[in-house]
Amino acid sequence: MARWPRPVTLLSVGAATLVVALTVGAVIPLMLSAEGAGRLVAADWAILRFTLFQAALSAALCTLAAIPLARALARRDFPGRSLVLTLLGAPFLVPVIVAVLGLLSVWGRAGWVSEITGATLDIYGLTGILMAHVFFNLPLVTRMLLTGWAGVPPEHLRLATQLGFTPRDIYTHIERPILREVLPGAALLVFLICLTSFSVALTLGGGPRATTIELAIYQALRFEFDLSRAALLSLMQLGLALTVALILLASGQRGAGGFGLSLRPQSIPKPRNPWIDRAAITAALAFLGLPMLGLISLGIPGMPDLPDATLNAALRSIGVSIAATLISCSLALAIAGGVATHRGRAALLGEGLVLIGLTASPLVIGTALFIAIRDFIDPFAFALPLTALVNATLGVPFALRILLPEVDRVIRTRGPLAQSLGLSRRLWLRRVLLPGIRRGLGLALGLVAAFAMGDLGIIALFGSTETETLPLLMFGLMGSFRTDAAQATGLILVLLTLTIFAIFDTWGRRAQH
Amino acid sequence: MLSIDTLTIRRPGFTLTASFEAQSGSVTALIGPSGAGKTTLLHAIAGFVPPSAGRIRVQGQDITDLPVSDRPVSMLFQDHNLFTHMTVFENTALGLSPDLRLNKRDRERVTDALERLGLSTYASRKPEALSGGQQSRVALARALLRNRPVLLLDEPFSALGPAMRADLAQILKEVAAAQNLSVLLVTHQPEDALRAADHIAVVADGEVTPPRPARDTLTNPTPALADYLGDWRPL
Amino acid sequence: MHLKRTTTLAALATACALPLAAQERRELIVYAYDSFVSDWGPGPVIEANFEAICNCDLTLVGAGDGAALLSRIRLEGTRSDADVVLGLDTNLTAAAASTGLFAPAPEGVPTPDLPIAWDDPLFTPFDWGYFAFVYDNTKLTAAPESLMALAASDTTVVIQDPRSSTPGLGLVMWAEAALGDEAPAFWEALSDNIVTVTPGWSEAYGLFLEGEADMVLSYTTSPAYHLIAEEDPSKSAAAFAEGHYMQVEVAGILAGSDQPELAAEFIRFIATDGFQSAIPTTNWMYPAFATETGVPDGFDTLITPDTALLLPAEEAEARRADAIATWRAGLAQ
Repeated sequence: MARWPRPVTLLSVGAATLVVALTVGAVIPLMLSAEGAGRLVAADWAILRFTLFQAALSAALCTLAAIPLARALARRDFPGRSLVLTLLGAPFLVPVIVAVLGLLSVWGRAGWVSEITGATLDIYGLTGILMAHVFFNLPLVTRMLLTGWAGVPPEHLRLATQLGFTPRDIYTHIERPILREVLPGAALLVFLICLTSFSVALTLGGGPRATTIELAIYQALRFEFDLSRAALLSLMQLGLALTVALILLASGQRGAGGFGLSLRPQSIPKPRNPWIDRAAITAALAFLGLPMLGLISLGIPGMPDLPDATLNAALRSIGVSIAATLISCSLALAIAGGVATHRGRAALLGEGLVLIGLTASPLVIGTALFIAIRDFIDPFAFALPLTALVNATLGVPFALRILLPEVDRVIRTRGPLAQSLGLSRRLWLRRVLLPGIRRGLGLALGLVAAFAMGDLGIIALFGSTETETLPLLMFGLMGSFRTDAAQATGLILVLLTLTIFAIFDTWGRRAQH
Repeated sequence: MLSIDTLTIRRPGFTLTASFEAQSGSVTALIGPSGAGKTTLLHAIAGFVPPSAGRIRVQGQDITDLPVSDRPVSMLFQDHNLFTHMTVFENTALGLSPDLRLNKRDRERVTDALERLGLSTYASRKPEALSGGQQSRVALARALLRNRPVLLLDEPFSALGPAMRADLAQILKEVAAAQNLSVLLVTHQPEDALRAADHIAVVADGEVTPPRPARDTLTNPTPALADYLGDWRPL
Repeated sequence: MHLKRTTTLAALATACALPLAAQERRELIVYAYDSFVSDWGPGPVIEANFEAICNCDLTLVGAGDGAALLSRIRLEGTRSDADVVLGLDTNLTAAAASTGLFAPAPEGVPTPDLPIAWDDPLFTPFDWGYFAFVYDNTKLTAAPESLMALAASDTTVVIQDPRSSTPGLGLVMWAEAALGDEAPAFWEALSDNIVTVTPGWSEAYGLFLEGEADMVLSYTTSPAYHLIAEEDPSKSAAAFAEGHYMQVEVAGILAGSDQPELAAEFIRFIATDGFQSAIPTTNWMYPAFATETGVPDGFDTLITPDTALLLPAEEAEARRADAIATWRAGLAQ
């Protein structure tokens, strides 16, 4: 198609540059202000190996578990299906430490399963890490796969019925190609998310064998104040991410793997026996739902002990979250516009760079930002705006992943008409593009809002009592014996996060097509 | 022979009733305004849409309640007839075996079918490398291999240029005669109906008028067809 | 120029709304760890008590945990708005001293009431405690009586990572100080007792309270919280024969402070009851200076170790890397 007007390109390049500068570029201020050359020690290679190993295994396991679940949800309709799909978003949105306690309330040594079976379950170690990573990411992958199913033309399904495809034939001729297209992107996303796992890996990992690069970065920054080592480790992490991202992006379909926007059940020919699908859905609901119930039961007793600060903290969290969401989605839209119009290597590299921003360590970004701006403004006076900005940046990869296929589709199908009519940019944006991508936009807004709501990495760096957000309050309560109140705060945080997510997501799903 | 006996199809907002027969060895065109229910009728015959009353018979056998894949029917959709990740050969071979396990004899039959439709050189290509007309012919080759007595086509001419249209019309007439098929096709264009079909049935106002010889139908149109045709007259 | 930590808006509002005299009121900025500053920490009481005598504004700024506090001071360098840093511990003081950012402790501070001698030229202790393994005495009836006995037993424990948490590092130093060359053997023997290693104290204590392990690495004073605040006598700390490693928390004045006299005044205030009496039931540690009222009821039920262990700051700093490597090697078996 014809070239898009120059301002769009400039805007996209600008937005992408900002995101890359804040994420990947964050190592530069660290290196500049470092006192000596960074060094890696022998133990770092073991850390690197373990980081890679657990991330790869988590990605593999998540995608494997998501296949039967997504397939069951794609072809079965049942009462409450829509609710299940919304709730599927929940685990992804739960703050890490709350989720870990929720998981342990089910699978821990003193959890429900141990209690019922009478055996003392021990999930600490690789098992625990993988369980937590699957808990967080299974819903994400499932929604991505569902999008793949939704993209199958109904004619293919009719054809399959007419030609008398067996479930096996359907797998070979219809499902496997979808998986081939969507799985690399989904696996990549999980891999990148798990690459920076820190609290989960350590808390459930059972010992120092389960050390990830992110922990080493934390140690270098917090305990040793070795900025160059932190920069070096951060570069190692980014390099790893970039390599894997480029391999997968180049091998897979670009833009493949949206986030499950059209989620109506498909009339896929179903196997006669519904039990496989029922089992998949039930197992997933149990695995994802029980820890959620667990954290509700942990949270309720502390409700009366909630400190007065909770309300203000919650308001601050909501404010940060909404600001971060609006910034993030604007940036992602600007980038998506550019990538969708300019296919080719530059766009691919741009997308890759933005994606690996996922693996940027919040601690590194925060510290770098601090060093970069401390000569001009007082970072602590701007704790909340900075938290919003950094979270907005960290949310861009997700928002982009969701919005890119949508923007791509709208530009392809309606762009030529709009151009030939000479629509003004404003009219194009407000009457064509935004309505066209509303579903995706709703989901992106919801996800980023949820993310920013749960932020602990940045606010812990800049925050103080006057700028205390809900996660910070929760952590403060935990740090002073008030476990019950902390868990109640955690529950409120989860409920608030889910609500804000559901509001955006529902708004998007109301889109008229 | 395909016979439709007081078939009633109810969908939100409209009802279609049909009673007619389509001869074996000949092509019958369904013509009429958009939204009249032409495609829905094909879907009902193929089994994708359950009728609320009436029977569908093929060579005397009642197929109304048969599962889709057991019906003596093949259907070509308007679009997406081919799996994009499979070669032309594989797409065609699905007509013989859904799991693509082919013996030597099967392979020869696929090759023959492709040759008959002038597609031999494309056997190992992917559908994306083919023109719209060629893609339709691949789907047709597959339907021929299935060798079901009824062949349904939903607007097979819509994406084709004049030469291709003539070409496809010719092929349809030939295969209908050669394999003694009842071919039912949906079209918007009276020229196409005239060129490809022996008979024409008009679908309008919730009814299907029984097929009459093509030229006769168009030269002496019913009031509903006359409205649809406007100033158009056959040459 | 030395800008105070106020937003432009707040400064404007102050300038417009308040009489001149109020603007000249001195402001002391103290960086502390988050839980010190929180509503339920010592912060609010201490702020009120100090402001009652100083004719000044005391601004307490929470800045993460102890380690984060030092990182932040290093990041801010000489530009820091802080006058006093409160909440470093003896594992961090050597590193803090080597930054050159701290000024000598003021004159006129009495001798601290600690189990060990205190002669640090820069830092003044404000509270202290012993690291200990805490357990539920209704579930664990025969708690191990030494580090080695713990390692040899099948009692399960949750500990913290020395690379990211103060108590975690404390345990590593405890093993160094108490066991010396036997430390590697201790870690190897302990590795099968460890349920998991958490990034910080909060996660570990949370897991312990949820019943994930028999014991958790915390402080001898932790049971006092349960006893006094929750009237729950079920938590005890195990007394270990090798002695207990100490954590001494300190405060220091920044050399770049624009309120050196006020800062010195605050450090001297630390040694008084106005500060010290708040410590036991808000920070759940021992006061570093004897108070008139003494420690509250409930503290008398706590164990008092026979031997207090503490490596001198420089030695702790020098041995840290190797000690952590030993820890790591022992547990990774």
